[in-house]
Amino acid sequence: MATVIVDGIQVEVPDNATILEAAKLAKKEIPTLCYHPDLPAIGACRICVVEVEGEPLLKTACNTNVRDGMRIRTISPAIREARQTALELILSRHPQKCNECVRNGTCELQALASRIHVGEISFPYRQRPGSPDVSSGAVGRDPSKCVLCRRCVQVCEVIQSVGAIAVQGRGYDAWIDTPFSRALSEVGCVYCGQCVDRCPVGALFEVSHVERVWRALQDPEIHVVVQTAPAVRAAIGEEFGLPPGTLVTGQMVAALRRLGFDKVFDTDFTADLTIMEEGHELIGRLRDGGVLPMLTSCSPGWINFIEHFYPDLLPHLSSCKSPQQMFGALAKTYYAQKAGIDPSKIFVVSVMPCTAKKAEAARPEMKDSGYQDVDAVLTTREAARMMKEAGIDLSKLEPEDYDLPLGVSTGAGVIFGVTGGVMEAALRTVYEVVTGKKLEKIDILPVRGMEGIREAEIELDGLRVRAAVAHGLANARKLMDKIVSGQADYHFIEIMACPGGCLSGGGQPYPTTPEIRQKRAQALYEADRLLPLRKSHENPVIQELYREFLGKPNSHKAHELLHTHYTPKPVYG
Amino acid sequence: MATIDLKTAEAEIPVIELLKKAQEEHGYLSPEVLKVIAARTGQPLSKLYGIATFYSLLTTRPKGKYRILFCKNAPCHVRGAKRVLEAIVSYLGVEPGETTKDGLFTLELTSCLGLCAVAPTMMIGEDLYGNLTPQKAIAILEDYRARERSEHA
Amino acid sequence: MRNPSRHLLIPMDPYTLAKGAERVKNALEKALALSKLTDRVRVVETGTIGHHEHGVLLIIYPDGVVYGDLTPDDVPQIVQEHLQGGRVVERLVVRDIKIPPFHPQVYRAEKQVRLVLRNVGLIDPENIEDYIANEGYEAAARALTSMTPQQVLETVKESGIQGRGGAGFPTGVKWSFAAREKAPQKYIVCNADEGEPGTFKDRLILEGDPHSVLEGMLLAGYAVGATKGYVYVRGEYRMSIARMRKAIDQARSKGLLGDNILGSGFSFDMEVREGAGAYICGEETALLESMEGKRGEPRNKPPFPPQAGLWGMPTVVNNVETLANIPLIVKNGAAWYRSFGTPTCPGTKVFTLVGNVVLPGLIEVPMGITLREVIFDIGRGIPKGRNFLFAQTGGTTGGILAAGELDVPMAYDTLRQVGSGLGSGALLVVDDSNCVVDLVQNFVEFFNHESCGKCTLCREGTGRLLELLNRLTSGQAEARDIDLIRRLAVNMKRAAFCGLGQAAPTPILGALDRFEEIFREHAEAHYCRSGVCPMNAQKAA
Ligand SMILES: Cc1cc2nc3c(=O)[nH]c(=O)nc-3n(C[C@H](O)[C@H](O)[C@H](O)COP(=O)(O)O)c2cc1C
Ligand code: SF4
Ligand code: SF4
Ligand code: SF4
Ligand code: SF4
Ligand code: SF4
Ligand code: SF4
Ligand code: SF4
Ligand code: SF4
Ligand code: FES
Ligand code: FES
Ligand code: FES
Repeated sequence: MATVIVDGIQVEVPDNATILEAAKLAKKEIPTLCYHPDLPAIGACRICVVEVEGEPLLKTACNTNVRDGMRIRTISPAIREARQTALELILSRHPQKCNECVRNGTCELQALASRIHVGEISFPYRQRPGSPDVSSGAVGRDPSKCVLCRRCVQVCEVIQSVGAIAVQGRGYDAWIDTPFSRALSEVGCVYCGQCVDRCPVGALFEVSHVERVWRALQDPEIHVVVQTAPAVRAAIGEEFGLPPGTLVTGQMVAALRRLGFDKVFDTDFTADLTIMEEGHELIGRLRDGGVLPMLTSCSPGWINFIEHFYPDLLPHLSSCKSPQQMFGALAKTYYAQKAGIDPSKIFVVSVMPCTAKKAEAARPEMKDSGYQDVDAVLTTREAARMMKEAGIDLSKLEPEDYDLPLGVSTGAGVIFGVTGGVMEAALRTVYEVVTGKKLEKIDILPVRGMEGIREAEIELDGLRVRAAVAHGLANARKLMDKIVSGQADYHFIEIMACPGGCLSGGGQPYPTTPEIRQKRAQALYEADRLLPLRKSHENPVIQELYREFLGKPNSHKAHELLHTHYTPKPVYG
Repeated sequence: MATIDLKTAEAEIPVIELLKKAQEEHGYLSPEVLKVIAARTGQPLSKLYGIATFYSLLTTRPKGKYRILFCKNAPCHVRGAKRVLEAIVSYLGVEPGETTKDGLFTLELTSCLGLCAVAPTMMIGEDLYGNLTPQKAIAILEDYRARERSEHA
Repeated sequence: MRNPSRHLLIPMDPYTLAKGAERVKNALEKALALSKLTDRVRVVETGTIGHHEHGVLLIIYPDGVVYGDLTPDDVPQIVQEHLQGGRVVERLVVRDIKIPPFHPQVYRAEKQVRLVLRNVGLIDPENIEDYIANEGYEAAARALTSMTPQQVLETVKESGIQGRGGAGFPTGVKWSFAAREKAPQKYIVCNADEGEPGTFKDRLILEGDPHSVLEGMLLAGYAVGATKGYVYVRGEYRMSIARMRKAIDQARSKGLLGDNILGSGFSFDMEVREGAGAYICGEETALLESMEGKRGEPRNKPPFPPQAGLWGMPTVVNNVETLANIPLIVKNGAAWYRSFGTPTCPGTKVFTLVGNVVLPGLIEVPMGITLREVIFDIGRGIPKGRNFLFAQTGGTTGGILAAGELDVPMAYDTLRQVGSGLGSGALLVVDDSNCVVDLVQNFVEFFNHESCGKCTLCREGTGRLLELLNRLTSGQAEARDIDLIRRLAVNMKRAAFCGLGQAAPTPILGALDRFEEIFREHAEAHYCRSGVCPMNAQKAA
């Protein structure tokens, strides 16, 4: 421990703490811009400068470690002037069109400018190099708004091991770009949106489907159904001022109903269905000597990654569509039939924690219902924005229930939103189906947690099934390299593109930090614990669906509607 | 896409030197060349592009046969570099950063060439020229043109 | 070859090559063959001797005659009259250039004391035998066979030598940080990225005496326990790269590099790495990033390179000149070294004297000499009857010294007191035909071109400073622009990420402090008294 003095207040901090952390303990919030708790501090923005006694120059709080006995001042005339100068330099190259900007209200630059008033900006506006790009239909870029904090570059390279974008040029003309300024859709970007989540400003954003959804809602001819992904309920409350980790399933349902959706359904239902299909696929592969390890396929960011970077491993992927796409396919077939609605008049909206889901929904092969299975994908943020525009404060609503039939689900479905959840849900079902015995310990703890790669073993009637879980694509890459080199003796691997799983997907409320991730995870496990049914195969509507419509898991019909195929894709198109 | 053959790429040579050699072989670092290096080194193309746009000796765009690196730092400046540069600009009819229509010269500004004792200076290809005056600089360029004509004749 | 009676030294440096040294040398060899003198003289291609105003040079030892501005046509006359007839060809003699006797220990020439440059220009840099004949590798041999690493380190520490790359950090102290680290691998990196405008001393040391640098690295490696060395040479320095590579090959074939050097059990090997055009890569951590194959952007410090440098291993980064001093220090001892220079700054300093001086070039002087002596005695003053306006010491990031400051002693501490520094050893002399505002604009153009772009204050700040200075020199400025320039400069200095952004303001603030009136004339009256700035032309039109 080190003793440091921050603005006259003495605090004890761990030896390797930064000044930023020490100040926090002294209840001083030093302003930052380029710093993000997920990423190595690079000291680029110079906003967090402080004075350290004995040092002739100002020091950046984010990347300077404390020393025992260090005396720090977090505000002084020199500090104020340096921060104002840095901020003024940033603002003078920023379009400042807050009122047209998707980040209005959540923008870190806006908040910083509101905290540190610069008064008049002394320099004329000069636009940054680079041009806007929404080619991917999922993740959009507007380099004119970039403040060069490099968070996106770091997350894309370090956490996702994709490297679709990087710093280009140098000096005043440095900018963030794809190689040769190609479209994001041509450089191996997997649309995970982790860069969108880290971006402090509106330079990265989801390509919006809000207007599309409003149009459908306002068209009396169209029957609009919405599905909500597991991870959304653990986060959307944050958009309405609730603390992270507040579970708002019922209020979210109520809010969506008030927005005018004809039916509010749950992606958890098709998550349960995914477990049935995927679990049986695994059992089949184990029995018939199929390709192992089998890899989960519900994260489109991950699917894009493997198609681009490990095309040779595609046979390892489960052929199951993601829950979002299974839902779309059923909504326009099974549900349309049951409700007696012309499927061409059904408009399927998903509310997802994810940006990649937008591109997934638009894939040409996702038309097994005879129509594009999912018509629009809203991120959690976009859904909240629509609610706010309509004057709906979710936090003030009484909880309501999902509609039938596609709104019934189990605890196994809801933990899909957290890393390890698909694995845990699958093992619950596979165990009982294979052994015919009841699983006593439902919580499979070894697959839980936030470690990058986790392993577990489960005994199935004498067969030991080895499983692994990875989240964040750099971790996925490690496992893939193990498979390629023949060192992976697993049977089943769950991969989620985003660190922590969907709960910190690229479409979730700002910000996502390690603490917020923990809280959202706890909320999902809590949701699981509270549900009466916690195994997918016990879901009565799923059972009915098989009886009435699909036959049995992995039947011909199930394959037609619920399974898909993958295509190798070059990294650089 | 043309097949790219990088003679120098087999050995474990540092990325930046690899890029320099590739540029020597192919004239500039085209997307095709960088893709090959990306595949060999396992580095993302974006990073290689970031390196290529960072270092001033590397280029991602085709250049003239001769790159004129004209020094405009203070020691050259106080000995009349500005007038020499103006003369070169008007003789070649291109601004710094541009390539002449015949593809012979690309005029570029460089930081100090370490030849300041004979300022003003420039470097053409690997050849160094000092004590430049407007007349001398143009005579040198005319020399290159003449040599080029006789090679083609 | 029999014992040659005469040595003909022909400096082959970028300057003389640009003036046709290669052709002169060919003519010389032809003439020697025709006169059947080939066996009686030895032609030695050397590095620079420091003077660059006299074109192609030929130095004749032991006669001590220097011929200059040679063309191939002059050669037959020299061969016939001087080498055969014994009569000096007066019309070709250069009197400005004094050369020392053969094989000097220390080479003194009017106010100069050449320790680092003792061999430069006088030996064949491409021939290790020449270096050895001049007591080269004696220090290494002594250290490896009869000194412990601690003794070498102590000697360097006691010598008080400070790093010659700019910051002036005590070299022995830096080494001791690396020496006490425990690590599977340590590195010595020679910083030969030399990009500071006006500076070319490292180039000419590498090109004139590469083995002295190599020997310095070997000694550094021995002292700190490093077994691998890299010389990071600026990409534009083609000849330095080639000569250093050759020196390494020769040393390796002599057993002076490689495993178990001289049977001492100590192993050390070296490689050259080329830069690719980025001034910032001279900053030691940016250099390491570049060596690791990345964009050369500075790293956060701490950890400092001696703790965690190249590939995370303890690394000593030293300048070329620093390293070239080491063999002398180890051979002659700390006390000997301290007999040069000042008590607080021992030793000599190599300068490149450039700009408006009669005799620009490469010089080496003891620390503590005054600016006046350097400019007016060694450099022979300002040409064309012009007056001194200001000098800039240390390259473009260095401070500005006006006429009243000509008697400041040139040393790290004394220059620091007047807001300047020795920096890279560049010394730019500016006469009164120039405009200080125009020059500051030129400095800022350099920073703007070379900023790495990582941190806000420098990336945006240099761009905005350039805009403001363009306004000043084009007559579009307003009075408040001067305050804006000052505010930007002060805050860059206080809060930029690295040495580039922190030092870029030095000449700007130095000029503003000394010549504010001229800046105000530009801003308020839109008038340039020296008539350099374009606005005057516009006004006239
Ligand atoms: C912007 C910048 C450029 C530099 N350029 C050089 C250089 O070209 N050569 C050099 O030796 N040191 C340069 N330095 C200093 C190095 O960072 C480092 O201090 C030096 O190489 C250490 O060697 P020394 O202790 O022998 O001086 C530069 C520093 C900065 C901040
Ligand atoms: S990014 Fe932030 S500051 Fe910029 S326009 Fe958008 S809201 Fe405003
Ligand atoms: S904050 Fe100011 S600029 Fe923005 S909308 Fe309100 S009044 Fe206008
Ligand atoms: S969406 Fe994901 S892969 Fe694409 S640039 Fe952003 S972080 Fe990288
Ligand atoms: S795009 Fe956003 S995250 Fe990336 S550098 Fe710019 S401001 Fe930062
Ligand atoms: S965890 Fe991901 S794939 Fe699963 S339901 Fe949620 S958003 Fe869809
Ligand atoms: S982990 Fe979830 S949020 Fe992230 S890409 Fe996959 S499905 Fe989308
Ligand atoms: S001060 Fe300049 S050179 Fe140094 S890190 Fe910042 S931008 Fe790069
Ligand atoms: S206007 Fe005059 S004083 Fe100003 S920079 Fe130009 S020459 Fe110098
Ligand atoms: S303050 Fe450190 S990363 Fe920005
Ligand atoms: S937050 Fe510390 S430098 Fe940006
Ligand atoms: S300033 Fe032009 S060569 Fe040094």
